[in-house]
Amino acid sequence: MVAVNTQQPFSVTLRVWRQAGPAQPGKFVEYAAKDLSPNMSFLEMLDVVNDELTVKGEEPIAFAHDCREGICGTCSCTINGKPHGPGKGIATCQTYMRSFKDGDTIFVEPFRARAFPVVKDLITDRTAFDTITQAGGFITARAGSAPDANALPIPKGDADLAMDAAQCIGCGACVAACKNASAMLFVSAKVGHLGLLPQGQAERDRRVLAMVNTMDTLGFGSCTNQYECSAACPKLISHDFIARMNRDYLKATFRDAFKPAPAGGGGGA
Amino acid sequence: MNLVGNLFGSSIGRKILMAVTGLILIGFVIGHLVGNLQVFSHPDKLNGYAHFLRSLGPALWIARIGLLVAVVIHIWAATVLTLESKRARGGEPYGVKTWIQATLSSRYMRWTGVVVLAFLLYHLAHFTLGVVQSDTFKETEALRHYKMTADYHVLGFTVVRAGSEVLDVHRMVLLGFQPLVVAIFYIIAVGLLSLHLLHGMDSLFQTLGWRNARWARSLRTFVMLACAAYFIGSAAIPGAVLTGLLKPVPVTPSVAAHP
Ligand code: HEM
Ligand code: FES
Repeated sequence: MVAVNTQQPFSVTLRVWRQAGPAQPGKFVEYAAKDLSPNMSFLEMLDVVNDELTVKGEEPIAFAHDCREGICGTCSCTINGKPHGPGKGIATCQTYMRSFKDGDTIFVEPFRARAFPVVKDLITDRTAFDTITQAGGFITARAGSAPDANALPIPKGDADLAMDAAQCIGCGACVAACKNASAMLFVSAKVGHLGLLPQGQAERDRRVLAMVNTMDTLGFGSCTNQYECSAACPKLISHDFIARMNRDYLKATFRDAFKPAPAGGGGGA
Repeated sequence: MNLVGNLFGSSIGRKILMAVTGLILIGFVIGHLVGNLQVFSHPDKLNGYAHFLRSLGPALWIARIGLLVAVVIHIWAATVLTLESKRARGGEPYGVKTWIQATLSSRYMRWTGVVVLAFLLYHLAHFTLGVVQSDTFKETEALRHYKMTADYHVLGFTVVRAGSEVLDVHRMVLLGFQPLVVAIFYIIAVGLLSLHLLHGMDSLFQTLGWRNARWARSLRTFVMLACAAYFIGSAAIPGAVLTGLLKPVPVTPSVAAHP
């Protein structure tokens, strides 16, 4: 088969959110992106536009990125109203210009949520996710060196499910896609990941209560079960984890309320 | 952290309250509909049923208060969560925002909910309190002397005897739907309630943690069938009056013949 020529250069019009700083007002500014290769990534296209802006002496568009291979969760951008652009299960950095047509107008905006304030242009501060993780997205026990492979039996199904949840790259697309700016998919992925594994059991109740509490305090919204989050997730993390977290939260709440207190003192040497 | 604090104070807790109260209300509206469908048989049925319910006394009041508490908690949680979520979205709206896959019914929950509330208030004022359309209310002189022609049974027990004089609820319903606007308003309102439940019945399973991809499709099919059946059943009553299928019978001799 003869390969079709996918190198036909084409042009699009960008309407990019420009905002000089957190407290400054922002607005959409139009840029022409010309002579694009369909095989460029979306971020490479922005690089080209920024080169031109720099040559003209204008301020380049600030956008966040790091790995550019869909694993770090740094890139963001809401592209034509969908976080990470038109693809399914793909981050902005893995979105290619062949997803667009010659002459398209493309809206590029930051992820918007009160808990993700804009730092500059398309860059948002997603520290809130780190704060949630610090509230319980870890295992306190010292893990030591790697144990023998089969010393701790874990059913294959549970291990696979835990891996599905562990794929979360913490990008924030779930919050950006949700009409309520809810962080439930992110939090449920962390809670589900550790809750499925034996190592996570000791702190299972404490974890879900603390992470949900932190999520609420940071000003994220609540879930209305519309599943826009999982549809926008570059790792396609399932909203089944949200149902699982709701169940865990309810159980933990009851267990916590009816747990007898240990008889005074305690403590070791 | 405590039980009441978690349920009333956290986002998931409030969602759970909304789901549980929603479930209670679903149980009520289905039971209510099944009872009301007796309008399609002899007037003895609906009138006997209504008399039986009123004769429950304290039990009726316990149920009424329970339902009122459920409605209040449901609406309170819906309102608080909506306001919080609006604030969470932040000040700057998206220039362009597309829905990816959210169902239609899920996008209008707040609107369908508000219309259902308006309908609920009218419905109570209409058939329970007699504040609106009071000329055809069950407690007016013309409607308070229905004589049962047969015994009315519940679970095999006779609860209302033939010959007893009860309120003519059957007649009130048929007269109540005579005005065209009222009948149409009822049909639209139960339509929007069915739309509310099309998301709500599905959503509550997710909220309570009883839903996953393995049977989400079966659940969806079940919910769609249940909502369609609920709509057809509910719309049938005003619909039957509207089309003349159900007509108020001429006033019974026992009331009219002896001035
Ligand atoms: C007979 C009356 C009603 C019934 C049977 C009912 C039932 C339900 C159910 C089962 C849910 C799902 C809970 C969940 O998400 O897990 C729900 C959600 C909701 N209801 Fe109602 N409801 C009723 C009345 C109302 C009223 C009067 C309002 C409004 C003021 C309202 C507003 C809402 C809202 C905002 C939601 C959240 C929707 C979402 O998850 O996106 N409901 N309702
Ligand atoms: S830049 Fe790392 S995921 Fe896109």
